Amino acid sequence: MIEIKELQKKFGKFEVLKNINLSCKKGECIALIGPNGCGKTTLIKSVLGMVLPDSGTIHFNGNSVLGEYLYREKIGYMPQIGRYPDNMTIGQIIEMIKKIRNSSDDLDEDLLHAFELEKMFDKQMRTLSGGTTQKVSAVLAFLFNPDALILDEPTAGLDPLAAEVLKEKIIKEKEKGKLILITSHLLSELDDLITEIIFMQEGKVHFHQKVEELKTTTGEEKISKAIAKILKNKQNEPNH
Amino acid sequence: MNRIIKIILSDIIRNKIVLAYTLILSILSWSSFALEDNSAKGLLTILNVILFTVPLVSILFATIYLYNSAEFIELLLSQPIKRRKIWLSLFFGLSTAMVLAFFIGAGIPLLVNSPDSIGFMMLLNGCLISVIFVALAFLSSILTRDKAKGIGLAIMIWLYFALLFDGMVLFLLFQLAEYPIENMMVGITAFSPIDLARIQILLHLDVSAMMGYTGAIFKDFFGTSVGLLVSFVLLSLWAIIPFFISMRKFNKKDL
Amino acid sequence: MKKISFIVFLLFFSIGKAATIQVGPNFPVKKIKQALALAKDGDTILVHSGIYKEGTILINKKIYFIGKNFPVLDGQNKKEVLSINANDVVVKGFKVINSGHAALNDPCGIRVYDKNNVTIQGNILDNNFFGIYLQNSNNCIVKNNIVRAYGKAEQLIGNGIHCWKSNNLQIIGNKITGHRDGIYFEFVTQSVIWRNISNNNVRYGLHFMFSNDDAYITNVFKNNGAGVAVMFTKNVKMFNNYFEENWGDSAYGLLLKEISDSYIFNNRFARNTSGIYMEGTSRIKVEKNSFESNGWGMKIQASCMENEIVNNNFLKNTFDISTNGSLVLNTFNENYWDKYEGYDLDKDGMGDVPYHPLSLFAVLTENTPSSMLLYRSFMITLLDKSEKVLPSITPDNFVDNKPLMKSLPL
Repeated sequence: MIEIKELQKKFGKFEVLKNINLSCKKGECIALIGPNGCGKTTLIKSVLGMVLPDSGTIHFNGNSVLGEYLYREKIGYMPQIGRYPDNMTIGQIIEMIKKIRNSSDDLDEDLLHAFELEKMFDKQMRTLSGGTTQKVSAVLAFLFNPDALILDEPTAGLDPLAAEVLKEKIIKEKEKGKLILITSHLLSELDDLITEIIFMQEGKVHFHQKVEELKTTTGEEKISKAIAKILKNKQNEPNH
Repeated sequence: MNRIIKIILSDIIRNKIVLAYTLILSILSWSSFALEDNSAKGLLTILNVILFTVPLVSILFATIYLYNSAEFIELLLSQPIKRRKIWLSLFFGLSTAMVLAFFIGAGIPLLVNSPDSIGFMMLLNGCLISVIFVALAFLSSILTRDKAKGIGLAIMIWLYFALLFDGMVLFLLFQLAEYPIENMMVGITAFSPIDLARIQILLHLDVSAMMGYTGAIFKDFFGTSVGLLVSFVLLSLWAIIPFFISMRKFNKKDL
Repeated sequence: MKKISFIVFLLFFSIGKAATIQVGPNFPVKKIKQALALAKDGDTILVHSGIYKEGTILINKKIYFIGKNFPVLDGQNKKEVLSINANDVVVKGFKVINSGHAALNDPCGIRVYDKNNVTIQGNILDNNFFGIYLQNSNNCIVKNNIVRAYGKAEQLIGNGIHCWKSNNLQIIGNKITGHRDGIYFEFVTQSVIWRNISNNNVRYGLHFMFSNDDAYITNVFKNNGAGVAVMFTKNVKMFNNYFEENWGDSAYGLLLKEISDSYIFNNRFARNTSGIYMEGTSRIKVEKNSFESNGWGMKIQASCMENEIVNNNFLKNTFDISTNGSLVLNTFNENYWDKYEGYDLDKDGMGDVPYHPLSLFAVLTENTPSSMLLYRSFMITLLDKSEKVLPSITPDNFVDNKPLMKSLPL
């Protein structure tokens, strides 16, 4: 569904993405993990067309995304830090996005109800806590029934209850055959969700593996431990 | 596109600064027309507003608004909307808002108190200057990511056109006073939108003086329909070119 | 039969007494020259409507020469149309057209040669080189004539009403347009120019030289090539005139050159490039005039002295006053300046702060005319304001110490 080939991006002299090759398929729930500043967000933004790559290609459903915009109808994006116009209310934001999309499809308002945001429709965005802002971002991401969901640190600011609600929603969408791409530091939270793992470091894809494969090759039950083991092995390799 | 313009416009129109700007313009205009039994003082006040206040407020407000809507732009970018469309919508929204503010604040008293070629010319030029400085704001805000730098740049641009440029021209005039430079001077005005607008208004406001020797040179050029057309084309270019450059930069910008 | 008996009757009647000779296509006397030959002093020649192409018509008898329904005297672009060479002639009700056009002998529509007490009234003069020409003629009246021509350049057209070396003239209620100078006075004294309208002439609406002790009152001079010029003259009174829309590089509402002891009262100068331009002018009083929407209200050259500018209104002018030097020997008092920004705490109707009508920028443009380009720019406004507070370039005795707070009802 998303094909990335030889993607490169520099910010000034700093190479953020070094020759990235990735292929993400429908029905998978992929965790994009890696240390801070490894290029996860830049990669996501490249897919969304917000960051323009220096070289390489990105295909969505077989079509290049470069200079295109309509493909974004099929993607729901939840940013790491959702930033919204200060003096608009929650209701206005949702209303505005609906107007912009002008979509005639059925809206998926599950999360809206689950987070009980309707009660806060009149609140201005600048008065909201980080968690509530995240909820708004989540609602917007799922609202139009997109084929792919890109979630940047979705549970970082949410309380455990809301995080659980979101997780259930993600599972539900995955089962509908959608592609879900999640970045996160908190690996433990993802254990019961994900089917694939992409590990990035210093602008490179370290590995891209199925979770099952990962667990069997490392012999670990927990994903976090499995990753830690791989990293250790890699670090030790030059010594051998 | 209309949907986005509508959203932006309704956001700006509710903005307190724009409301205050409109209110101050309108108080200034009405009171200066009411002060004297002839319209001369009122016209002069509005002329100074067009040459001084309108550029300053337009460029500053638009620059700050653009920096403050970074989030909004980001939000829009994650939606299925063309980049070009977002930037154009912002431009149309901001321009419309500034033109509306000028029209309501200064244009209406102008049309009521001086419904002749002077009033019409001032109105037209005031609107054009509003749009031009909004366009320059787009340029200054795209050139740097840093808000403080961007606002500083906007103020520099305004200072340059409102004051420094004329100072340089004055200096040049005295340095070259012995040479026949009138025709060159006509050309030089093309490099400042404020000067272009000022001379257009001058030709109607001070028509008697402009019939004199040097004035006649400007009159011969700017006063003819060709000159009028040329100067309005130039003014339009002052809006189109900065905006076009900013749009190209925006299309390539990483957010 | 009836007509013949009427003429016979007339002929009888005319013997001894003043007679009336009728001229017209339907009358026995068909030509004006024929009638003139028949006429005696004191007779009336009544010309009926028709077109008379008789070359130059010379009146050398004291007659009343009356046209009925504007008979046309056509000079066919060859010669002078009507020459008057007798005293006490009255010319009334003709349409005089197409005099010759030549630069050497100045052919005219109507010309008076060295004679007195001639009245030229209610005629229409169309497309003549000179319109009405009074030469060395005293006590003449030129009244209610319409004088028009279609001059394009100064050299190709003569003056509308041209008066030379005359005395005691009355030029009243004429309308002159399209000539070189509308009204031209040279060596004309003790005369009055009253209620004329002189507009769209190639050069001056009124041109006035070496003509002392005259008055011109309630005239309109509008849209002439160079306005009105009054030169080398003393004791002129100019009252209630309108000087309007005289536009151009050297166009002035009123150009005063080498004038002294004159009085300019209650005139209106509107929309001229310069309202009044004064050069070598002395002992003139400019009182209760209105200067409105001019490029320059008054240009007073440094060669002017002892002039008094009192109780005038200066409204909406680009520059109220300008000068070319720093010497000021003229006084300004109690004028209303719409650019005055002072206050009146003692409520005597006069501002408590003196007004300096000469702006810095007026001085700048006088020296460097192309700086006009920068007029009303913020930079210039700033310079002007600072100069008003701390005069450094403009002469500080160029001042109205009692500027009025309210405009005068003129």
